[in-house]
Amino acid sequence: MNKTQYEVIANRHKAVENKFSNSIISFFSGGLVGLLGEGIIEILCNYYSYARDDASTIMIVFFIFIGSFFTALGFFDNLVSIFKCGLLIPITGFAHSMTSSAMDYRKEGLIYGIGSNMFKLAGNVILYGIISAWFFGTIRYLIGGLT
Amino acid sequence: MLLYSFLFCGFICLLGQIILDNTKLTPGHITSMFVCLGAFLDCFHFYDVIIEKVGGGALLPITSFGHSLIHGALEKADSSGFLGIFMGMFDLTATGITCAIVFSFIFCLLCKPKD
Repeated sequence: MNKTQYEVIANRHKAVENKFSNSIISFFSGGLVGLLGEGIIEILCNYYSYARDDASTIMIVFFIFIGSFFTALGFFDNLVSIFKCGLLIPITGFAHSMTSSAMDYRKEGLIYGIGSNMFKLAGNVILYGIISAWFFGTIRYLIGGLT
Repeated sequence: MLLYSFLFCGFICLLGQIILDNTKLTPGHITSMFVCLGAFLDCFHFYDVIIEKVGGGALLPITSFGHSLIHGALEKADSSGFLGIFMGMFDLTATGITCAIVFSFIFCLLCKPKD
């Protein structure tokens, strides 16, 4: 069997992923997450008389809690396979990547397992966030006009 | 505002899904890109305008992580000069990072991986 024949057969058996329906699903699931977040803020503001800043902090803590909790129970991955990117882009994905890498390396011990590997997946977000924030902040500072 | 947050958060996730499907990038690449994008957008306080309009939907995607990093840095730089960029970097995101670390530590001690 030569290479082209192999490719034809391999393509035939590749799982067909419908890109269009994937994006629609992730649009709606991501939108629902955003809707839920805004809803929590509005409820806390209107019925429990929190300031809006406090309410948004509580909302973010709540979503991080949800992300870690579902990962710990083990069904966050199933949810991701259903809802696609709608759960990975919000802050739940950040919490998920930290909890899952911590749990994966747990058997290697507390210090070298959990301690060293907790940021294995989430580290890129923090590193590039800080680098880009520092870079753009420096540019902004040099341009001037801070208000 | 509810509708706006639905549309905005959905749009960000749609963008991520399109990048994920059509290129070979992994979710790690995409989240790093979005963090950089958020930091870039807040360079001239454009993201603040979005948050005022959209509300909670703009705080949830990972772009807001970059936004709050640079926002705290610039706020501190305003009062204490160039060193303020280093001092104020974590002022606003401290809640998120601390919560993520604490919760994931507690949960990974309590629960066993399912495999």
